[in-house]
Amino acid sequence: MTGVVPALLWRDVRTLLAGGARGGPMLPLLFFLAVAMLFPFAVGPDPKVLARTGGGVVWIAALLAAILPLDRLVTPDLELGTFDQLALRGISEELAMAVRLVAHWLSFGPLLLLATLPAAALLGLEGETVRLLLLGLVAGTPGLAAIGTIIAALTASLRGGAALAGLLLVPLAVPILIFGAGSLARGDTTGIALAGAISLALVGMAPFAAGAAIRSAREH
Amino acid sequence: MHGFANPKRFLALASWLTPLLLVSGLVTAGGALVWGMTSVPPDRLMGETVRILFVHVPTAWLGMGGWTAIAVSSAVFLIWRHPLAALAARAAAVPGAVFTAICLATGSIWGRPTWGTWWEWDGRLTSMLVLLFLYFGYIALAQAAEREGVSQRIPAIFGLVGAINIPIINRSVVWWNSLHQPPSITVGKSAIDPEFLVPLLVAVIGFSLLFGGVVLARMRALLADVQAEARLRRKALEAA
Repeated sequence: MTGVVPALLWRDVRTLLAGGARGGPMLPLLFFLAVAMLFPFAVGPDPKVLARTGGGVVWIAALLAAILPLDRLVTPDLELGTFDQLALRGISEELAMAVRLVAHWLSFGPLLLLATLPAAALLGLEGETVRLLLLGLVAGTPGLAAIGTIIAALTASLRGGAALAGLLLVPLAVPILIFGAGSLARGDTTGIALAGAISLALVGMAPFAAGAAIRSAREH
Repeated sequence: MHGFANPKRFLALASWLTPLLLVSGLVTAGGALVWGMTSVPPDRLMGETVRILFVHVPTAWLGMGGWTAIAVSSAVFLIWRHPLAALAARAAAVPGAVFTAICLATGSIWGRPTWGTWWEWDGRLTSMLVLLFLYFGYIALAQAAEREGVSQRIPAIFGLVGAINIPIINRSVVWWNSLHQPPSITVGKSAIDPEFLVPLLVAVIGFSLLFGGVVLARMRALLADVQAEARLRRKALEAA
């Protein structure tokens, strides 16, 4: 059992990072940068406006980009019967989804943090704002990944899940956004600590909710 | 409780309870509204607009109560596999969303003269708006599950996830920004004059009866749908 978790994690990260039919993380990241690029076109290139609102825009872009990989996160493995095979080998759905959650964050979170730097440069954010933005994303993205994993598992057996997944994700992501982006307005890290706390609660809850969803996808 | 798992017994009960709840709810809520419109004096600060609260407060409670009903029914369904509980959760979603929407609309109309704005990004308003979107998500998910023949456990899990998150959402938006007055009625004490409180409580009871009646009526309709489909299938098999 001890060797199983690293092996499963390695396999999940590799498949999520690989391109091809699964899309890979490049498309959501490019979309993230494209949203950051669109914003100055919409509100005008005034550096003061951009510096004041740009941090929030990066958060919104991250949230939107987090919706994109969801329909590829669980569905292919559910269709292939991967979870059934894992269950036969005594690996519970909860464990499989906990590993999938970590793999989802690993394949998405660090790259998103990297992509934040060019996005911040495009929006002309200052050093302190960028620091709070990155810290907030470090605290908030695990929670986003947890919500994403739950929703990907819930919508895995439904067709046309992307719009549905977005509708389900947005209200649940409100607290993370409030505290993560709120710390930018306050200019300190209190909100980031709260965003981290909410993330932890969501990460604790996600494997059970997502595991239950995978199990119920078996019964029709 | 398992006695009511039998749809026949449930239907026998619901067939007289539904009209009873609907009629008594209409009479009570309507009576409370007339009472609030005519015999309650205008408020010292809010003036005549205070009367909209006889709709606003009950719908706000039922908007939140609706998700409580979804959460409790979903838990009962997931734990005991009680099939009627899945129906109850789905039946409570639309009335809950409608009441939440009415609460937002009346609050907005009330806010125009009182706060001087149609919409304010106030914590408690915002949390009701987020709740409305959770309802939309739940309804869309339940419909998709129904359409594609996926287990009803899927929306039930989302109902529970939402129920765990609603307090977090509520607290986070309230800490974020609040203009709304703090709750005037808490367990054991009330900052409201009895002259105003009594018709308000009658209105709450009336709207709750209506809510119960609508949920039962929707459960009966959903159950009739299931039975009609089963019957068609049986007939088709016999014919083949």
